[in-house]
Amino acid sequence: MTSAPPADARGRARRSRGDSRRGDSVFFNLSRGSGILLLVIMAAIAGFLAYRSFLALGKNEGNFLTSFEWTPDAAKPVFGIAVLTFGTLVSALIAMIIAVPVAVGIALFISHYAPRRIAQPFAYLVDLLAAVPSIVYGLWGVLFLVPHMDGLTSWMDQYLGWTYLFDQSSAGVPARNLFTVGILLAIMVLPIITAVTREVFRQVPRMHEEAALALGATRWEMIRTAVLPFGRPGIISASMLGLGRALGETIAVATVLSTNSVLSLHLLDPGGGTFAQNIALKFNEAQPLGRDALMASGLVLFVITLLVNGAARMIIARRKEYSGAAA
Amino acid sequence: MAKRIDVSGLSAYYGSTRAIDDISMTIEPRSVTAFIGPSGCGKSTFLRTLNRMHEVIPGARVEGKVMLDDENLYGANVDPVAVRRSVGMVFQRPNPFPTMSIYDNVVAGLKLAGVKKKSVLDGVVEKSLQGANLWNEVKDRLNKPGAGLSGGQQQRLCIARAIAVEPEVLLMDEPCSALDPISTLAIEDLIGELKSQFTIVIVTHNMQQAARVSDRTAFFNLAGVGQPGKLVELDDTQRIFSNPSVQATEDYISGRFG
Repeated sequence: MTSAPPADARGRARRSRGDSRRGDSVFFNLSRGSGILLLVIMAAIAGFLAYRSFLALGKNEGNFLTSFEWTPDAAKPVFGIAVLTFGTLVSALIAMIIAVPVAVGIALFISHYAPRRIAQPFAYLVDLLAAVPSIVYGLWGVLFLVPHMDGLTSWMDQYLGWTYLFDQSSAGVPARNLFTVGILLAIMVLPIITAVTREVFRQVPRMHEEAALALGATRWEMIRTAVLPFGRPGIISASMLGLGRALGETIAVATVLSTNSVLSLHLLDPGGGTFAQNIALKFNEAQPLGRDALMASGLVLFVITLLVNGAARMIIARRKEYSGAAA
Repeated sequence: MAKRIDVSGLSAYYGSTRAIDDISMTIEPRSVTAFIGPSGCGKSTFLRTLNRMHEVIPGARVEGKVMLDDENLYGANVDPVAVRRSVGMVFQRPNPFPTMSIYDNVVAGLKLAGVKKKSVLDGVVEKSLQGANLWNEVKDRLNKPGAGLSGGQQQRLCIARAIAVEPEVLLMDEPCSALDPISTLAIEDLIGELKSQFTIVIVTHNMQQAARVSDRTAFFNLAGVGQPGKLVELDDTQRIFSNPSVQATEDYISGRFG
């Protein structure tokens, strides 16, 4: 018994204190069971995706990573994720570039600028945005956002066209493009980022804010010296939550980008696609190989999401001693 | 540096509650003045009116006049931010910025004032940390987080941060109440050295501390719960602790109440 692994030791120590403590052991096993269940589910998803992907990749006659085509059910099956990777990353990036500063601004307004009786309802309103179903965002995107993008896109084409990214090949076509998707995703991830950063900003200890004010900081300088650095890990975590949603958002993207086309670096041209949108659009009509091919793309999305989360954790961990958690 | 503070008819409010009532006193430059009194008597509130930190609490306001030499801190065109740059403050609990290194903590005030030159900042860091008796303990780890220091070191870091901007006045709100006796002694020694350059006002619950560090002592009291705090008397520390002119002061000091 003494050579048993330490992982078990805690449980046994509790039991040895007396069998009357049934509640303890029930709760311990319940919580351990939940933990194990989570690992099993993760492994099952990853294993399932990996197995089906393996089946599909063996039959692919194109290059999975670089091919622009997605014709897995053709006589000569070819499918690649180049368009999807580009579309997913770029639309999520646009969403983050727009959403993070706005969300931080809203969160600061609620936590440090607005009077209390405005802050509460306002915070509630932002939370409500999160409750809107994504199909509603998708419909709003197609029916409202797309027809109203023309002014912005032609302005960007004119003044930012030199960046190549924002060069528009033909004006006047409906803006069912990655840029519109990025804006839509930004609106969708705004509430979650705002809610998390708001809570972090509220937790900044009063004494740190007063330290800054007593040094002669204006309100904005106080926020810059005390609030934002303290909230930094929280802003990163919140952004990663938002990014996770942006990367995986399906229905809203599929509603705006309902046709798939070739990979183009011009964000304002119609077309493009994302992993999730591609799966949603193709899954119903796919043959067995087509389904497995979609699984393979799903696996890539799974890995990308894991990598993003890992990167975020590393950024936070690297500055842990400055996080204020020790104070 | 080091200016005279002249307060007349000062009352402070939280919303409609009056916290301190009609206080007038003069604080001489290059001296240490201690505020003592029972909890709730308004001595911390009064201290915070001296650098306009009182009004950062929503609903808080002040009536009356605080003259810093010739300038009324509550004058119509006076910016509270500018006031806080010339009247520094050290708080009850050490509060170095947790996200900053020791170095950055010391220069935080200077950076707010727009000083960027590295050679200037380096000089101020050494001078301020020397001034706070902390230099020898931290000179090899200036880039380590300030929150990693002991409580007493953190408080001296906060003093270094406050004196780095060369204020006229240094306010200390129970600076030793969260510290052990040895760290307290270090801070008290430091106060004795700093008074050659600054006007120092210290709030303390520890009467021995007031007796040890201060030249003048002000005793605050309140008539009852919910009543505003008032200044009972201000006199030389030695007199307050040996032969105060008001009976309430003697009762408080001899431990008969409070």
